[in-house]
Amino acid sequence: MTQVRFLFRRIAFYAVTAWAAITMNFLIPRLMPGSPADTVLSRFKGQVSQAQVDAVKAQLGVSDKSLMSQYWTYWDNLLHGDLGVSVSYFPGRVSEVIGQGVWWTVVLIGVATLVSFVAGTLLGVLAAWKRGSRLDALLPVTTFFSAVPYFWIALVSLSVFGVELGWFPITGGYRPELQVGWSGEFISSALSHSVLPALTIIVSSIAGWLLGMRNMMLTTISEDYVLVAEAKGLRSRRVMLGYAARNALLPNISGFALSLGFIVSGSIVTETVFSYPGIGFLLFNAVLNNDYPLMQGIFLIITLMVLLANLIVDLCYVLLDPRIRQEG
Amino acid sequence: MAATATLATATEPGGAEPPAKRRLALLRSGKALTGVLIFGSFVLLAVIGPYIAPDDPSKTGGPVLQSPSADHLLGTTQSGQDVLSQILVGARTSMLVGFVAATFATALAVLIGVTAGYLGGWADEALSMLTNIFLVIPALPLTIVLTGYLKDGGWFPIAVVISVTGWAFGARLLRAQTLSLRNRDYIKAARAVGERPWRIITVELVPNLGAIIISGFLFTFIFAILTEASLSFLGLGSLTTWSWGTTLYWAQNSSAFTTGSWWWYVPPGLCIALVGASLSLINFGADELLNPRLSPAARRAKRKERRAAAAAAAAGKDGVR
Repeated sequence: MTQVRFLFRRIAFYAVTAWAAITMNFLIPRLMPGSPADTVLSRFKGQVSQAQVDAVKAQLGVSDKSLMSQYWTYWDNLLHGDLGVSVSYFPGRVSEVIGQGVWWTVVLIGVATLVSFVAGTLLGVLAAWKRGSRLDALLPVTTFFSAVPYFWIALVSLSVFGVELGWFPITGGYRPELQVGWSGEFISSALSHSVLPALTIIVSSIAGWLLGMRNMMLTTISEDYVLVAEAKGLRSRRVMLGYAARNALLPNISGFALSLGFIVSGSIVTETVFSYPGIGFLLFNAVLNNDYPLMQGIFLIITLMVLLANLIVDLCYVLLDPRIRQEG
Repeated sequence: MAATATLATATEPGGAEPPAKRRLALLRSGKALTGVLIFGSFVLLAVIGPYIAPDDPSKTGGPVLQSPSADHLLGTTQSGQDVLSQILVGARTSMLVGFVAATFATALAVLIGVTAGYLGGWADEALSMLTNIFLVIPALPLTIVLTGYLKDGGWFPIAVVISVTGWAFGARLLRAQTLSLRNRDYIKAARAVGERPWRIITVELVPNLGAIIISGFLFTFIFAILTEASLSFLGLGSLTTWSWGTTLYWAQNSSAFTTGSWWWYVPPGLCIALVGASLSLINFGADELLNPRLSPAARRAKRKERRAAAAAAAAGKDGVR
């Protein structure tokens, strides 16, 4: 019963957050100085019908109608999946443009984050268990890497592995002459293009998991049940993984929510460095081209996806932590 | 959550030691001392950098794409600008954005976090909700969208936008700590003698939250420097003022990375990384001080004691408490 209540509370929270993000998305172009609609319309000049001009104006807040009725129209459009027309990909619709980029990002960030989480957590367990050994050297190294901006790691790995050594392609998501599809050639091309961006995300984000897990492990290692397990003569590996690490894992998972936004932010810049065809690169181009409708649409999609990922993490948390199920 | 509870009691500030002694103890930790030294030298650089720069960072016309030499200690860019001068002048902008953004964000965090924790009830619910919303919404996309509307405004609007997107983490920590302080005897006493809430918050609570406020400030400082560098690198910052991110932007734009002009892009990235790492080191040092379990000396002692206990238990004696 209690876990249902926990889940209900979380879902309610994410619903409110989604509403807040959507409303912010509505308000930002209306509150900011300058007139984005004029910029957009000057680029449309001569290409669009009066109806489309009105649509752009309504979207960016140039309207004689009251704010409340604009807000209604905004929601109405949103619920129909209509995010407006892109300026830089005219006459493409924002939802179509985002739809083309979003899967590249989801796969790239998803896989890289998973690898980084698993590897970082395991290394953290080892670093705590064998503290005082050579593994302690990991700490300053990872601290340094976590303080380096993502894009700098991206640039350095691009220049070392891409240019100097020539191991991996340095730009794009696949060889441009290939057709997007499920052919073996395309998939292997996409894989080799994703190595450097993924490596960047892993190297930059692994330190957080490592340090968090190590510090939690140090707390659980000094608990009595670990002492008892050792005294019973259980194998060191089993005490480490089954007793100490198992109990240290939960806070690391709940830390996921906080770091996901950070990883997504870093990935946007990483995609830009590699001209990777995901939505981070699209966002960058949208800002450069003053493509306000696309910019807003991408912000909305990124936020909603982060919320969804958080909800999934919360579901895992319920499955993993018996205390939520029993007490509350 | 037994583990977190012990951690929380261990990190509570204000032990028996007077503050001055604790401050000295922080410097006795090797990590913190290294951090303070590195960070201090960058603060110095931010102050004097523009005065000691050998050249105008924007001045073109020197030798093009020179590797480091006696004339140009860090080489030159594709248009013959002196890289060292760009780094020195850029230090001020980057550090200033970090400082201003961290100051604003910390002020917001204290205002919202402490108020929420102290008042409780509906005010707490509403403010916590606001904090959590800002925690979950990814910061950089929001910052990019906001600065997208504020192009060509210089560094100050960027610092303000960064503080708006970066205050929530500190506010959450401060709220939790305020919750644990508000029922202490001295706060109850202050309430009993009729002190107003505002005075209790500013005079009784905030000084005792010092350690957390400072650590939050340092985290936001890193966050702000990284964000400013990302924005400038993407060409979304102010391209008229020099910062480390701006230098990287031009390096990327002139394909310094594919032509191997390392002297152009390694120094600014290294500066950002060193500032970030130094602040992390200070935070680690402070953590170890406040949480004895993490300090190396305490760990060694604990391990020895545990080994002895385990050995005794294994030998069949009553070693387990």
